[in-house]
Amino acid sequence: MSTVRIPPVLRENTGGSRSVEVTGGTVTEALEDLFARHPALRDRVTTDGQLSGFINVYVNDRDVRYRDGLATSVGPEDTIILLPAMAGGARQA
Amino acid sequence: MPAPVGPSTANDLLDAIGHTPMVELRRLAPPGETRMFAKLEGANPTGSVKDRIARAMIEEARASGALAPGQTILEPSSGNTGISLAMIGRLLGHPVRIVLPDNTTAEREQLLRLYGAEIVHSPGAEGSNGAIRLAQRLADGDPSLFMPYQYGNEANPRAHEQTTGPEILAQVPDVDVFVAGLGTGGTLTGVGRYLKRERPGVRIVAAEPMPGEQVQGLRSLEDGFVPPVLDASVLDDKYLVNNRDAVIGVRRLLAEEGIFAGLSCGAAVAVAVRVAREMTGGSVVVLLADGGWKYLSADLWTRDIDELEDELEGSLLW
Repeated sequence: MSTVRIPPVLRENTGGSRSVEVTGGTVTEALEDLFARHPALRDRVTTDGQLSGFINVYVNDRDVRYRDGLATSVGPEDTIILLPAMAGGARQA
Repeated sequence: MPAPVGPSTANDLLDAIGHTPMVELRRLAPPGETRMFAKLEGANPTGSVKDRIARAMIEEARASGALAPGQTILEPSSGNTGISLAMIGRLLGHPVRIVLPDNTTAEREQLLRLYGAEIVHSPGAEGSNGAIRLAQRLADGDPSLFMPYQYGNEANPRAHEQTTGPEILAQVPDVDVFVAGLGTGGTLTGVGRYLKRERPGVRIVAAEPMPGEQVQGLRSLEDGFVPPVLDASVLDDKYLVNNRDAVIGVRRLLAEEGIFAGLSCGAAVAVAVRVAREMTGGSVVVLLADGGWKYLSADLWTRDIDELEDELEGSLLW
């Protein structure tokens, strides 16, 4: 199982969970499994079947947009991070 | 009449911006053929890469008439840009007002005040975006203020396209990969445009700060702020870097190469090493945006890293 880390802004859709274990060999498959487990997430994260421009997806800290996008492969030990897009200097928690 | 001076003497401090050293990182580079080089932007007059863009934004604004003689400059900044503007304002006769989150290090406020800048605090919990919002509100309410706005000012990437990029190519003509931290996006965009034009095939790689939980929690998705000057099409790769890895990078820079650098430099180096490890040869250039001086009070170098990591979660250092 790979791990999807859920940002605070989306946790109301995962019953408060910070991370969700999913199966799937690509980002698309992993997200489909995530949406099957937490259906309300689909509309928050996608628009017309496409990943929202407000969301960045990383596999092992690497932005998938610069790899194979949603077709980027995901291994069982990998961590997928969903983050609100916010390039900039915000550096605190 | 002033005594004659040598050809390498600058007219004033503005003239001394840029032309920073490039040093090979022989000890940090992974074993193998790949070489790593660091562009030391901490060697700029106020100690950071931001001197370049502050000079460009102010010179362009004065030339176009957008900034009148004696007019006050207002800018949101977590430190470096504000300090550069404060130095330039002092030289050119502009009062400077900086909107600064209230949880940065003390050194930044000390330097700003020494240069005579006025500080307006924004809530630290809102991060850089809170400073931007407050500065925009102040500028909207007072037409006598001029806001360079580094996040949306094309002079920012242009300064890097015209100065940093050519310097890098002259210093490392066979550069294959360029790595820098992602803040406004000006460095990556400007250097990326220049290098891609002059050396097709070069890869531009961003090190992005991992935002902490509290900042993430304050935002709705639709708040997502991508700086207008960032041209994401020049990027070839982007990595998230957390505070812990950035601190480890800062410590390795000091311990192994003797380079005293700021937190974002540690993040950029972490990414540069990761990229270099995946290469079988070639040259990686990493831009180190500032020196470590403005981080001394945070003591990135000697404190227990778990303790430091917790504390960094609540401060604004990048």
